[in-house]
Amino acid sequence: MRTSSWITAILVLLAVIIPVTLFTDYHLFQLTMVVVYGIAILGLALLIGFNGQISLGHGAFYAIGAYTTAILMSSWDVPYWATLPISAVVCALVGFLIGLPALRLEGLYLALTTFALAVAMPQILKYKAFEDWTGGVQGLVIDKPEAPFGLKLSPDQWLYSFTVAVAVVLYVIAWNIVRGRMGRAMMAIRDHAMAAESMGVNLPMVKTRTFALSAMYTGLAGSLGAIAVQFVAPDSFNVTVSIFLFVGLIVGGVSSIGGTLIGAAFIEFVPNFADKISKAAPGAVYGVILIAVMFLMPVGAGGFLRNWARRLIRARTHEPDPEAPIDDVEALTHEPAADLPDLTPGPAFAKQPVTTGSRPE
Amino acid sequence: MLAGVIHQIMSGIATGGIYASVALALVMIYQATHHVNFAQGEMATFSTYIALACINAGFPYWVALLIAVVFSFVVGVAIERILMRPLANAPILASVGVFIGLLLIINSLSGWFFDYTIKQFPSPFPDHPMLGGYLSGHELGSTAVTLIVLISVYLFFRHTKLGLAMRAAAFNPTSSRLVGVRVGWMLALGWGLAAGIGAIAGCMVAPVVFLDPNMMAGILLYAFAGALLGGIDNPLGAVLGGFAVGVIENLGGAYLVGTELKLSLALVIIVAVLTIKPTGLMGRRVYSRV
Repeated sequence: MRTSSWITAILVLLAVIIPVTLFTDYHLFQLTMVVVYGIAILGLALLIGFNGQISLGHGAFYAIGAYTTAILMSSWDVPYWATLPISAVVCALVGFLIGLPALRLEGLYLALTTFALAVAMPQILKYKAFEDWTGGVQGLVIDKPEAPFGLKLSPDQWLYSFTVAVAVVLYVIAWNIVRGRMGRAMMAIRDHAMAAESMGVNLPMVKTRTFALSAMYTGLAGSLGAIAVQFVAPDSFNVTVSIFLFVGLIVGGVSSIGGTLIGAAFIEFVPNFADKISKAAPGAVYGVILIAVMFLMPVGAGGFLRNWARRLIRARTHEPDPEAPIDDVEALTHEPAADLPDLTPGPAFAKQPVTTGSRPE
Repeated sequence: MLAGVIHQIMSGIATGGIYASVALALVMIYQATHHVNFAQGEMATFSTYIALACINAGFPYWVALLIAVVFSFVVGVAIERILMRPLANAPILASVGVFIGLLLIINSLSGWFFDYTIKQFPSPFPDHPMLGGYLSGHELGSTAVTLIVLISVYLFFRHTKLGLAMRAAAFNPTSSRLVGVRVGWMLALGWGLAAGIGAIAGCMVAPVVFLDPNMMAGILLYAFAGALLGGIDNPLGAVLGGFAVGVIENLGGAYLVGTELKLSLALVIIVAVLTIKPTGLMGRRVYSRV
């Protein structure tokens, strides 16, 4: 293992031990939610930041994950940990199915459609035909899991450790995907879809897979969130969830994996402070910061810190940083396209959606 | 049965008029700048609050409406000049981010100034059924108002020099600039007009759905659906699309899916149009050179 991996591992261990031993249950719950939002935003980052497909409706996947877990736990008495793989499969499948029409929607149109999905979601969850499972408007209440193996931990302490463990697995997987072939193909599509396709990237395959992956991450976050909150109801999954995840993503930095946690902390803690001023304050603060980030720091907090660290390393060693992430175009061009997984040319998906419009300039 | 269907179609046309106005506002901004204004609904809601505040302050209804429209116009122009100008050539994500930010801010301001309780909004029209009981007085009146707005917008763009300049600026900014059209101001004017139209739509729909900060979320969705159905680059198409969506929504809600899934109907229309006929019914296909 490289030094940086060791440091990360030690930091993660500290991030578990210190809060569990020192924090109150309420603060642990808040930290759990930060990790949960982090995973959800990571899912969004994979889609928007690394693949360039804008979704304003990821709250829908969060809701699907949460409901899958809640229904399994309350109707079938499935243990909480066993609901996670099922929820992952369900969300990935739904994500894949939504990713298919999304292939034909570029940029703005995808944003618009997913926004519509987010607005319509509570109505779908309330629908009478599903009421036996979803509990209708009332929602479902689930039990908080106890610590297993006779561990002397409170439910909140256990849940925090469990959530961090799941998160570590998911972050490592995401990190590897982004740095691997799949990640390069995703970013190539983001940067220039047509060039990527002509270099042999299977556009529809990569895009739908990314959509499924992203939905799976956000859905898993929804599952963990439902276990932590112990309650799901249609109106807790309205369009604001999607918008908050989007805000967290932008604040953290769209293509920064570590930044997702910064964004998550932002959306968890800012409302707590802002609520003290007025009920309307969180929205206003989010809005102002969103616009400010767009104008002043488009790479987000994560990207900002990374650039800063890279500059520091370069200044010290007087050479290019070998650890530099490969999510920029220069690095991509050094890599021969031939080692991309699928060389079969995409089927007749070359049809360009309307948004590639040529505005007369 | 037949009477029921006619009733649904008539009230569909009435609500469709609201969607048509908001769709027109969306298309006006889209045509000129290729941005979809996600904050259009919240802007209209805020304008409606302004109108309500004026009515409560003792102004007659129509004066209050006029004040709200003028206010919205000024705010629309200001937003374009301050926030949107620097984004002219920014990536889509940046413009979406700014619009979402704007949505959050305006929504919060509505809640902050006018609180979150659901409020009644007065209607200037008589309260008894008309046209043989098919339409309420308000439905008929609001349809008339929307039609007047739509026709005057049409006449403005068709028969005034300013309207021509605005169309030119949207169609070909460079050439327009060469012949002396002040393109930047034309875009700002378009934003102002869109905001004003939104204000009227808000005031017309508020007596039906009641006023709260999230009033327009669903309506914006139907307006999106209408604009896409008619073709998002075609104002006339968007207006007809808005009316069509109103009728589809009412008939579908009454006979097909029930009122609880009406919003999903908008989602279905959006997905169906974008996947089957992305240009909309009356849109123009745009080709790009590689």
